[in-house]
Amino acid sequence: MSDTSAIDHGREAGFGDFVQLLKPRVMSLVVFTAMVGLIVAPVPVHPFVAFTAILFIALGGGASGALNMWYDADIDRIMRRTKGRPVPTGKVSEGEALGLGLALSGISVMMLGLAANWFAGGFLAFTIFFYVVIYTMWLKRSTPQNIVIGGAAGAFPPMIGWAVSTGGVSVESVLMFAIIFMWTPPHFWALALFMKDDYSNAGVPMLTVTHGRKAARRHIFVYTLLLAPVALALALSSVGGPVVLFAAVVLNALFIRGGWQLLRRDEGAAEADGYKAEKAFFRFSLAYLFLHFGALLVEASLKAYGLGGW
Amino acid sequence: MAIHKEHELHQRRFGRNMGLGAVLLAFVVIVFGLTVVKVSRQDANGNPPSAEAKP
Repeated sequence: MSDTSAIDHGREAGFGDFVQLLKPRVMSLVVFTAMVGLIVAPVPVHPFVAFTAILFIALGGGASGALNMWYDADIDRIMRRTKGRPVPTGKVSEGEALGLGLALSGISVMMLGLAANWFAGGFLAFTIFFYVVIYTMWLKRSTPQNIVIGGAAGAFPPMIGWAVSTGGVSVESVLMFAIIFMWTPPHFWALALFMKDDYSNAGVPMLTVTHGRKAARRHIFVYTLLLAPVALALALSSVGGPVVLFAAVVLNALFIRGGWQLLRRDEGAAEADGYKAEKAFFRFSLAYLFLHFGALLVEASLKAYGLGGW
Repeated sequence: MAIHKEHELHQRRFGRNMGLGAVLLAFVVIVFGLTVVKVSRQDANGNPPSAEAKP
């Protein structure tokens, strides 16, 4: 008998399982939006400082992901979408997730403060607090408006990126926040529409469960309408320009059209074609955010050649 | 039964240790790089550039 036989060796975590705790897919969105916020800001940052700042913003986002998986282990075990995460499968214990989350929170905040400035570091700390305490611990399980307010946590990264460069907050950075903030609810409610009973089984009060699916469709459409003026305002601000304005007009027209289509569908038709339109809307919402921030990036790079901007 | 020197578990632990080693090494490189950037960019009085200094 080898000395390891007492351990259930099918379940010990590898390095990749700890990476999974940091929600790499969410992190990639954080990296992208924080990078855009940093690049479009008017004060130039040394490339190496910019690189490390984005790295530690991403690490802070990963830390909040680990803390979320620690606290939500009970509902992650029930939901199909999250069953395979490292804590529900038993590869990583809840205590390890908590430890990793706390340690990385501290490291990322301290390092961002040292690399950039303490306003940005404090902002990152507030974002982690907001996501873990306000969203995960408090609102997620208590109100159907959970993702509306929780979406704010995902909307902070471009503001942190902006703060790395300027050391403060401005209209432009608030508008970048507002786009992600208004975009998050329709994005997640579309997911909830085709992930049907996942949330209700776990006892998470999703709008689709508490107020019905018809209400969720109405909410999605209203948010696509509210999002459009925010996107247009950003296009007309100092970080905007013709490219951003064009992207904003096209993307918002398509988004509103998608929202209208979801509103007009009844449940029978949606179920019959396997939630085709809902899934298409969800996929488009990802492209919407990516292309919108991509347009800001294009505008900023054109400015370097004396083109773009107003 | 003979004692296996190379158990599958040991391989996984080795992978984890190598991963952590790489992460720590990367951290050292980053701190060193930041130090070089910050020190080489300070002004005659040893103060950092104004844009990054004020909160």
